[in-house]
Amino acid sequence: MAKAIELNGINKIYGTAIRTQVLFDIDLAFEEQSFNSIIGQSGSGKSTLMNIMGTLDRPTSGTVTIGGIQTGSMRKNNLAVVRNETIGFIFQFHYLLPEFTALENVLMPYLIKHNRPTAEVRERANELMELVGLGKVKNNLATQMSGGQQQRTAIARALIMNPKIILADEPTGNLDSDTTEIVYEILRKVNSQFKTTFVIITHDRKIAEKADRIVEIRDGRISLDIARPII
Amino acid sequence: MSVSLKIAVRFLKSSRGQTILIVLGIAIGISVQIFIGSLIQGLQKSLVETTIGNASQITVVSPDDDKRFSDPERVMQAIRQAEGQITALSPALDQAGLATDGDETGSVLIRGLDFAAAEPIYALADRIVQGRLPSASDEAVIGKVLQAEWDVAIGDTLDVTVAGGKRLTYTVCGVFDLQVQSLNTSWFLTTLASAQERFDLAGQVTSIEMQVESGDVFLADTIAAELQALPELMDLEVTNWKAQNEQLLSGLNGQSVSSIMIQVFVVVSVVLAIASVLAISVMQKSRQIGILKAMGIKSRQASLVFLYQGLILGVLGGLAGVALGLGLAYSFTVFARNPDGTPVVALLIDPAFFVLSFLIAVTASSLASLIPARKSARLDPIEVIRNG
Ligand SMILES: Nc1ncnc2c1ncn2[C@@H]1O[C@H](COP(=O)(O)OP(=O)(O)O)[C@@H](O)[C@H]1O
Ligand SMILES: [Mg+2]
Repeated sequence: MAKAIELNGINKIYGTAIRTQVLFDIDLAFEEQSFNSIIGQSGSGKSTLMNIMGTLDRPTSGTVTIGGIQTGSMRKNNLAVVRNETIGFIFQFHYLLPEFTALENVLMPYLIKHNRPTAEVRERANELMELVGLGKVKNNLATQMSGGQQQRTAIARALIMNPKIILADEPTGNLDSDTTEIVYEILRKVNSQFKTTFVIITHDRKIAEKADRIVEIRDGRISLDIARPII
Repeated sequence: MSVSLKIAVRFLKSSRGQTILIVLGIAIGISVQIFIGSLIQGLQKSLVETTIGNASQITVVSPDDDKRFSDPERVMQAIRQAEGQITALSPALDQAGLATDGDETGSVLIRGLDFAAAEPIYALADRIVQGRLPSASDEAVIGKVLQAEWDVAIGDTLDVTVAGGKRLTYTVCGVFDLQVQSLNTSWFLTTLASAQERFDLAGQVTSIEMQVESGDVFLADTIAAELQALPELMDLEVTNWKAQNEQLLSGLNGQSVSSIMIQVFVVVSVVLAIASVLAISVMQKSRQIGILKAMGIKSRQASLVFLYQGLILGVLGGLAGVALGLGLAYSFTVFARNPDGTPVVALLIDPAFFVLSFLIAVTASSLASLIPARKSARLDPIEVIRNG
């Protein structure tokens, strides 16, 4: 199967005066349509790795290949297009725009590309809000929703462009266990329904074990990489 | 509507208090700029009007020793054909003289005027405060200062001795008030025909006086130069009010410069105010810009968000400023009045100036948003994502 994301020889060093190496020679690839989790202790380098995968950050050395295209030599604007069209982000702190309603937040990646929403994409946004169970509050401002609702809105937003890949950094880190359960149900549903590749960072082992593959990072190196046999 | 404009509008709406404050700031700045501009322009206009509104603006005289020339009709015909901006064209025959009523004596300037032709310049019909304009050859009107000092009544006679010792007797048929002390003392007006007949100067004049359209008064020197070039005026001299009022002109000039300086400083302070508020706003919104960039907004779109904010603030502030400036100007002319009910200062409400001020507001605030726009373009999303 084709690779959605491929990392080769990734090193990341922070700082120039005081240099701290956070990632060491990481080689990692994720197959299309797979559902993966990354675990590891706090400070082990998971977020750094994910930001590099999502082209938000650049590695000190090594290559990032997304959908078969190397991103190392791409310009800022082209990277923006890659992020807009092929990657959906879900962050721990959801990062909704407080000035806009939930529905408008969901539409935002589409507006960035096309400026104007079509009837079809509006319909799709409404469907996604139903999918994440927010049909009733979709016209609330982002600030007028609970943490779980905001995170589910962020999931709908990550899906609006029908991206190949969704990168999620501790998407349930701030949620109670019931809500966490709901959010993971949704992510799995999306994976099977839209064939989206998922890479999810979590420190919740119970959640991680539901993934097809678990990658553990320890002190900037891959210490464990196990795949569940596909039934 | 582009996504950048949509976001700009939403940002402005969501921090409504701040937005209203900047719009108000721009509006006050622009209204002050408009008010000062209108005030100074109005002042200058009324100053110029009182100086030359009822005076000859371009005058044809003779360089000869006797200061006289003949056949004024031919000259006036040539002027009429050459220049369309001339609104009044009036020949005059002047002669200095010594007037006496028996016990008092004073020097006067006997002016033989074609009253119909002189009306557009001196508006004498409105300025006769007693009696009427002369019609017979031995009739004259005098100024109200001379009349009061000598206690002259309508119908009284005055003797005037002119150059060459000739003694002429005039009957005073009216009194004028030209609102200039020196003219009200010395001018002694008769008809042109009377002057030519009684001074034995048939067909001769000492000057041709002119006024131009009110919009062209500052072109008087150019028009005078054009007239001077006419072959019919080859042996004559054309003077204009600007050459005779250099001090006034340099005063006006200085006033204009300082008015423009004030306006520039007002606009500069408005720009600085907008720039600082927008700079704060780009910091406040850096989280949102970072999120948008993570979702793939391009640097150009991100900077447009702030350019649009500047533009919108400029348009709103400019409109409010023009409205406020008009209101200020209006209330000033309504409430600041002289005892006789006329406005203390007649402001000049010039639509072109208002449009200019509006455009200045828009341009200034767009310029002020350039720095925040650049900041926004450069913001790296990873800073926001990493630091929450
Ligand atoms: N901007 C930075 N400058 C220096 N060190 C950093 C920076 N960002 C993260 N780090 C360090 O890199 C390590 C990995 O951080 P991170 O990727 O956030 O780990 P995780 O997400 O696994 O908790 C940590 O030790 C952290 O202190
Ligand atoms: Mg982390």
